[in-house]
Amino acid sequence: MKNLTYLKDVVTLKLDENKCNGCGMCLEVCPHQVFKTTGKHAVIQDRDACMECGACAKNCPAAAIFVQSGVGCAAAVINSMLGTNNPGCSCVAETGGARKDQRTGCC
Amino acid sequence: MNIDKNISASAKMITLPVIEAGSCRCGETKVSAGTAPNLNQPFVTGVISTGAGTFPQVSSALRWHDHWATLKARWGIGRMNYAVDPGLYALGNPDNNSPVLVSANYKISFDKLRKALPGSSVWLLVLDTKGINVWCAAGKGTFGTQELINKIESSRLKEAVDHKKIILPQLGAPGIAAHEVRQRTGFKVYYGPIRAEDIPAYLDAGLKATTKMRLMTFPLKDRAVLIPVELVEIIKPFMFLASVLFLLGGIGGPGGFLENALSYGSFAVLALSGAVLAGAVINPLLLPYLPGRAFSIKGFFTGIIVALTLLYLRGLDLQAWPARVEAFAWLLIIPAVAAYLAMNFTGCSTYTSLSGVKKEMRLALPVQISMAICGILIWLTSRLIT
Repeated sequence: MKNLTYLKDVVTLKLDENKCNGCGMCLEVCPHQVFKTTGKHAVIQDRDACMECGACAKNCPAAAIFVQSGVGCAAAVINSMLGTNNPGCSCVAETGGARKDQRTGCC
Repeated sequence: MNIDKNISASAKMITLPVIEAGSCRCGETKVSAGTAPNLNQPFVTGVISTGAGTFPQVSSALRWHDHWATLKARWGIGRMNYAVDPGLYALGNPDNNSPVLVSANYKISFDKLRKALPGSSVWLLVLDTKGINVWCAAGKGTFGTQELINKIESSRLKEAVDHKKIILPQLGAPGIAAHEVRQRTGFKVYYGPIRAEDIPAYLDAGLKATTKMRLMTFPLKDRAVLIPVELVEIIKPFMFLASVLFLLGGIGGPGGFLENALSYGSFAVLALSGAVLAGAVINPLLLPYLPGRAFSIKGFFTGIIVALTLLYLRGLDLQAWPARVEAFAWLLIIPAVAAYLAMNFTGCSTYTSLSGVKKEMRLALPVQISMAICGILIWLTSRLIT
């Protein structure tokens, strides 16, 4: 089966190659092989495959990765637009404010 | 106390009716507030005593009540009782050198993990994720750095094992900062494979995962298991809309109210069922083979196919204007509903980003709503013209 890809040129992923210490943690945690390594540092090889889960940024000891992490779930986005807290879906795509640890997830 | 508040809040959330629930299936579950796992849980087979104390023992063999509970959870029945007590468990007969695997306290996650390790002796450290699976909980932050540190401290793990290695599922990484866990507890986090069935190979290879083990896919089986809960969540709005459309079918038209309702109204109910079939069943099953990247486009496409099929079966006389208008109305409504339902499946998929979903919704939602409203108005009008 071909690997599924979502929309082009939308994700917020950024990698600061100068800050990167080449530890390779992002290659390990990324579920979509977005990164590869040059041997010295990581580079983004497939940006459109990123699903903004935030694993790479969270596990980067050099804080070289930025991603506006969240959950790509339309139901959660609708819930937050309607301002309702849906009981069947405890997902909230993102909560107001920029505090990353408030972002909640779903499936 | 904080814990009590959380429990009552999540329990309250669960009892509210699910009306517009979308695709997600991460309802929270309450758990026992004690520090050690309860020994009366049905899957606990015994206890194991070590120098560090006694721990509940579990087996890798699932029993009938485990399978029954999984089946119920997949259909969204009694999800509030679907958590495992957090804490440290012994699978088989682990000793102070055995590997430590970390899991969520969602029972399906816990069962998948132990089922994947027949004949192994390992420690299972279960975090309190409110009965939510690893990936959802990592996104929410309940499968998180702080919770992991708390459980390492409170579970007597440090006494139970002599090494400083803990193995986490790769999908838990969005919630855990591995370097922080090491700084604060001394334990080094090893990210294991995505799928539980790869764990034995990962352990045998000396905690090395292959590229394939690290790659998230979305195969047919994974797409199919999510269909039932989608359908369960659609039932209520479906029943409501179907009743309304059936009654609206009686208005105008050639015959009496009941006669019209049975013809136009019944077809409306059938059409709505077709839209659900297209958006919530066919779409997930055929996802990789449908045109377009956006889920709405895929759903729109299946909706068109289903609409054309249903209209063909209805055998309308397309020479007459009312029949043409009716057919046109359904070609608007069915694809719109199917596209909406397909879009809601983004939350179940394993590869959609929030930025992408927002972009898709900005473009697709207004189109879906306009199509549905215009379609219903045109459908009503079709029986008022002659």
